[in-house]
Amino acid sequence: MSALSILYVILFYVAMITLVAGITNKILQYKRVPAPLKIAVTPAPLTKTGVVYRFFTEVVLFNSLFRATKWTWIFSFLFHASLLLAFFRHLRYVISPDSFIWPLVNNMVVQSFGHYAGFAMVVGLLGLLARRIFVDRVRYISSLSDYLMLVLILGIAGSGLAIVYVAHTDIVQLKQFIMGLFLFDWQNLPADPVLLAHLTMVLLLAFIFPISKLLHAPGLFMSPTRYQIDNPREQRHLSPWGAEMEAKDGRNA
Amino acid sequence: MADYEIPETREFPIIPSIMEGAMAHSTPFVAGEEFQSDMGFPFTEETGQLIDGWKERFLELMQEKLSKYRSLQVFMDICVKCGACTDKCHYFIGTADPKNMPVARQDLLRQVYRRYFTFAGKHFPKLVGAIDLTEDVIKDMYSYYHQCSECRRCAVFCPFGIDTAEVTMAARDMLAQIGMGQKYSNQIIPKVHKIGNNLGLPEPALVDTLEGLEEEVEDDIEVKVRFPLDEKGAEILLVTPSADFFAEPHIDGLIGYGKVFHAAGVTWTLSSKASEAANFGLFIGSYEHMREISLRIRDAAKDLGVKRIIFGECGHAWRVAYNHLNTLAGPWDFLDQNYPIPQHILEFTKDCLDRNILNIDKSENDHMTLTFHDSCNIARASRIGDTPGSQFTTPREVIKAVCNNYHDMSLDTIHDQTFCCGGGGGLLTDDLMELRIKGAQPRMEALKNVSKDHGVTHMAAICAICKSQFTKVLPYYGMTMDQIVSVHQLVSNAIILEGQGEEAEDSDEAA
Repeated sequence: MSALSILYVILFYVAMITLVAGITNKILQYKRVPAPLKIAVTPAPLTKTGVVYRFFTEVVLFNSLFRATKWTWIFSFLFHASLLLAFFRHLRYVISPDSFIWPLVNNMVVQSFGHYAGFAMVVGLLGLLARRIFVDRVRYISSLSDYLMLVLILGIAGSGLAIVYVAHTDIVQLKQFIMGLFLFDWQNLPADPVLLAHLTMVLLLAFIFPISKLLHAPGLFMSPTRYQIDNPREQRHLSPWGAEMEAKDGRNA
Repeated sequence: MADYEIPETREFPIIPSIMEGAMAHSTPFVAGEEFQSDMGFPFTEETGQLIDGWKERFLELMQEKLSKYRSLQVFMDICVKCGACTDKCHYFIGTADPKNMPVARQDLLRQVYRRYFTFAGKHFPKLVGAIDLTEDVIKDMYSYYHQCSECRRCAVFCPFGIDTAEVTMAARDMLAQIGMGQKYSNQIIPKVHKIGNNLGLPEPALVDTLEGLEEEVEDDIEVKVRFPLDEKGAEILLVTPSADFFAEPHIDGLIGYGKVFHAAGVTWTLSSKASEAANFGLFIGSYEHMREISLRIRDAAKDLGVKRIIFGECGHAWRVAYNHLNTLAGPWDFLDQNYPIPQHILEFTKDCLDRNILNIDKSENDHMTLTFHDSCNIARASRIGDTPGSQFTTPREVIKAVCNNYHDMSLDTIHDQTFCCGGGGGLLTDDLMELRIKGAQPRMEALKNVSKDHGVTHMAAICAICKSQFTKVLPYYGMTMDQIVSVHQLVSNAIILEGQGEEAEDSDEAA
């Protein structure tokens, strides 16, 4: 095995552990911190089913963003939807042809939509970047990291498209490398610069996910203004530290 | 009227280009020793100075807040700076100061959070916009966290539901605990604790006022409508903002509640102990003070032996009552469980109208064409009825049941997209007059447009702060202070009580 392949095997494992452990740690932290008061932004759902529906409209349709600004919604929706399609397309590199899922992944629809998604993603990202640069309000609130994040993902999308259309790589060898990671049977990685750039940027993204604003993905579900059920009069809401306060002075007895 | 630069009102709203530092000078008076100590907050020899070791204390408080409030911890992390909120705040629209964009306001705290509580900010501060906590940063926070009315309009549009009010409340509490409490709120809250209401009206004054009110109403309609105080055994305890006892147009609303109770034939009482619905503990982000103020209502309800609690027209009071009264002062197992606890006066009146037990003459309000201002806390933090959105429909249905002429303002300025009056969240003080005038711009613009297009003459509201604020700012925008009315004032005008003479009705109209 080449030294390069060994390096990437190590990087992959470390990145995946960082990603999973980092996000898990953050979610546990959010769960640990109580929400002492009912602060649902109303109109809010009155039932759990209603909350699920509210999240459906937010996560799938970006409802609030749509109400807020149509341009950001278009670019953002384009980007996220493309990301999802590209994800499905990439599944062929981690699924064995013997698996029952294989036909679901290795077909014309998923594969060709995945290709188009690459271009749509670039359009979406360029739109978001342009908004960040040209709208004075958004420029004012942007840090260097906000630009770099877009540039990084643009790099991932661009290098991915380049592998497909310009600088092909040994895809069979790549898949063996990836499958080897899962089976702990490590294989060589094709030493193509564009592929290496693509993978390096993906690993970098995994590393920074738990320490960056990418936490919006899991954090969205932990936002009390959105997940709380609107029933404060019907059901008493009390945090552990609120209960402690009551127990101490007994004034709620 | 003092001289202020009044923002333009236009036919269609325009998002301003940013003007850095436009409102950097706007800072409310800092609470001195007297008010800080009354509140249990630390103070220094010279007002406005920070306590010794303020920096360590601030970071310690921040750590505590982050571990006690999930909202704050999550909101500090998940903002992606998408800009959806940047043009949604009435203070930004009215002042063009970029630090009045909700995300920038949050960033005042977030940049410190990143510097001291995150890996990226500790090691790469420049990259992620993290900065050291300095006295200048504290001054900025004091200024701009008092240019937020905690109205939550931004939270409606945020893709993640990030609520700037949560950040503002946390920041204000931390500031107060390093010696930078706001005078206005810190002056008022001890009055509630000691005397029972924001105005510091003691029981004898209250008795006097209510007796005067009974006489006034009797002179007016020749019916004895009672305004009872501290009557044990009454069925309903009415908790209403103390402005209802004397301010215009608030008091006309109070007369309306009294007439509705009278017509419904229920017994009710006010309490001298809980003679205030407002709860400024919310504004300053203090769970402890908010709880203390709420517990007065529990004590009053127990002392008086009432079966139900009804709240009068007040925005943030209803937010606290609806969302937090059960948490802070519950459980309410000693009250009648057949009614919502607490109930809003509009829920009561709407029910009476639905049951057809009120005798209404809508023509009494024919000299007005109404519109309705959704108060921020009611619109975005409560219900007035059984269904989501009833906080919008119930007041309108009541208005339409007692008035013939009604038109809504532009759709993107009402319901959950409503604009704050500009004076909410603890900013209803003369030392913030410029901010209040500028912050009212979006609402004034919408009101002017509906007046022009549909002949609207009056705007009804169900919040004591909204009413006081509009009374003050309407003249700056070329309108008159009496164009703001209470919803129950309209009910009061239209309701005909048993025994009410024809003559009396006429004189009512002339007034």
